[in-house]
Amino acid sequence: MLTIKNLHASVDGKEILRGIDLTVNPGEIHAIMGPNGAGKSTLSNVLAGREGYEITQGEVIYKGENLLELEPEERAQRGVFLAFQYPVEIPGVSNVYLLKAALNAVRKYQGLEEVDAMDFLTLVREKMKLVKMNEEFLHRNVNEGFSGGEKKRNEILQMAVLEPALAILDETDSGLDIDALRTVSEGVNALRAEDRSIVMITHYQRLLDHIVPDFVHVLSEGRIVKSGDKELAKELEKSGYSWIHDAPEGETA
Amino acid sequence: MTEQSQQLEAITQKEYKAGFVTDIEVDSLPPGLNEDVVRQISLIKNEPEWMLEWRLKAFRHWLTMETPEWAHVHYPAIDYQEISYYSAPKKKTDGPKSLDEVDPELLKTYEKLGVPLDERARLAGVAVDAVFDSVSVSNTFKDKLAEEGILFMPISEAIQEHPELVKKYIGSVVPHKDNFYAALNSAVFTDGSFVYIPKGVRCPMELSTYFRINAANTGQFERTLIIADDDAYVSYLEGCTAPMRDENQLHAAVVELVAMDRAEIKYSTVQNWYPGDENGKGGIYNFVTKRAACRGESSKVSWTQVETGSAITWKYPSVVLQGDNSVGEFYSVAVTNNMQQADTGTKMIHLGKNTSSTIISKGISAGRSQNAYRGLVRIGPNAENARNYTECDSLLMSDTCGAHTFPYIEVKNPTAKVEHEASTSKISEDQLFYCKQRGLDAEDAVSMIVNGFCKQVIRELPMEFAVEAQNLLGLSLEGSVG
Repeated sequence: MLTIKNLHASVDGKEILRGIDLTVNPGEIHAIMGPNGAGKSTLSNVLAGREGYEITQGEVIYKGENLLELEPEERAQRGVFLAFQYPVEIPGVSNVYLLKAALNAVRKYQGLEEVDAMDFLTLVREKMKLVKMNEEFLHRNVNEGFSGGEKKRNEILQMAVLEPALAILDETDSGLDIDALRTVSEGVNALRAEDRSIVMITHYQRLLDHIVPDFVHVLSEGRIVKSGDKELAKELEKSGYSWIHDAPEGETA
Repeated sequence: MTEQSQQLEAITQKEYKAGFVTDIEVDSLPPGLNEDVVRQISLIKNEPEWMLEWRLKAFRHWLTMETPEWAHVHYPAIDYQEISYYSAPKKKTDGPKSLDEVDPELLKTYEKLGVPLDERARLAGVAVDAVFDSVSVSNTFKDKLAEEGILFMPISEAIQEHPELVKKYIGSVVPHKDNFYAALNSAVFTDGSFVYIPKGVRCPMELSTYFRINAANTGQFERTLIIADDDAYVSYLEGCTAPMRDENQLHAAVVELVAMDRAEIKYSTVQNWYPGDENGKGGIYNFVTKRAACRGESSKVSWTQVETGSAITWKYPSVVLQGDNSVGEFYSVAVTNNMQQADTGTKMIHLGKNTSSTIISKGISAGRSQNAYRGLVRIGPNAENARNYTECDSLLMSDTCGAHTFPYIEVKNPTAKVEHEASTSKISEDQLFYCKQRGLDAEDAVSMIVNGFCKQVIRELPMEFAVEAQNLLGLSLEGSVG
């Protein structure tokens, strides 16, 4: 699914990612944890293709293609989805309009016909149940006036509709109270599938109580310094990130 | 230049789609302007003496006036002696009696423009009075409208057939002394539309005029007069295009609306005149005076405009709220790209009691263009409990464009409530990236964001116009974020 090899990336000449290696197979959930400034958001932005990052070394292969050569929309059309840490407001554009345009863009790439309005509504209503959203939500402007929890649920709704092969969840748990966290997690769990990989980026262990990962990686100063299973996250929770620096260099996944 | 701005650049460099020239024989006057030209126009139109006198009065006054220079636009002085003031497709007989008799070349032109002049129009319920250069070519559905007592015809015809109505109302909202271009128009206007909706009649279809400037070096001076009598209602659509030419062409129209007691007029414009090329060569000078009088009590006038074309736009559709409880509305989207300049807005003049007005203006600037909102809200001393709400939002698509807001507020009655909100924002890279990450390409993303920004205005347009406006917005801005 996704192979990252020796990835180096800089912002304004400052190196943030300093040699990331990671392999994600279909159906796997990987959690990437780390302290602030470790490069977590940079990694998700580089994978999604946001401007302003310079790739200085390394490569990213997604389904056999060089991901870094593709435009952001081409990545999206091929099934790379980023759930934003800070979902963006688009005044005057209804949620349902964006969802439909996005789904049709993906379908167009897949050589499928545009979905008609009735089929689309049926589909969206089904998906909305996953994140416990009501219909009124569809007709509000994209993320405008949404609470923190609503924004994150909206991201998961988009993921549910677009059915990506690779979903990158960037701090999806940040700013959520426990009920909202549970709703969002249930939504993500319902979207687990054999042919879908999920990379979760988070600062806190608590998300992993709800969405149990197959692998946990610790990112520090632009490198993955330790990899393990979900127990690694528990150790981190207990000892904090400073423990990582005292530990010997960990092997990478 | 970032990759994103390059993409936006590429999208903005779209071609002007209506830029074709129709090859038909035309009758025109040689360039130049003097009293003889005014007399000749009047003669060609077979006008009564009072109309000629009216024109001459305007012309003589115009001679004493100077070009207004207060607008935030720059252009070389116009030589009014180089313009031809009359251009009409050559008539084979006495003019077309039905669509079959209209020059097929002309019909093809309208077809290219997507004007529903033929049978499709009937289905769409649109009555079209198409103004090609200066003469109304064909007027559909006249009979159906006549059953309701509605008059919808070229103003030149109305001058012949309904002189009492024209005489009563023409110049009553925009007097010839009003401004330089209004005076010029009053002297040399060649055609335009005339609408009269009798008492108590709701016009059963949208009335539509499609203006198109075809001949080179002609000005288009059309004059539109719409009267809605007591309890009448009409929705009027105006669309404008022009072929691509290297020279600048002048368009100085006057539109007058009169709403009597409890009458309502909706006037919608989608203006797509040729804006000139990316270096500012060519394009239409659109210097237009549009004004409505809410004469009757509880009358209402709404102006909705989507302005994407013209090299220079100078226009302030206004409402004079004379009748008590009358309502004025102005919804505007003005898009400027490349070297375009727009100075547009409205005037809401509150004279009657309990009058209210709403102004929603959305300015979008790209390239090296300049986009100004200029608006006046005046509350007169007798306008008890007048209300105004104004919202002006500007969206910048590049670092080299300009957005300006010039709001003027004059309140002479202490019971007035006037609100003004303004914002300026740059189209955000975050919004664009968000849309792209969902699979939309840059073009669609820009179009979606801009249409969202303009939604408050677009939704005021009749459905078929709204779709056209949305497409135009996308086209006009393709590739313009920096």
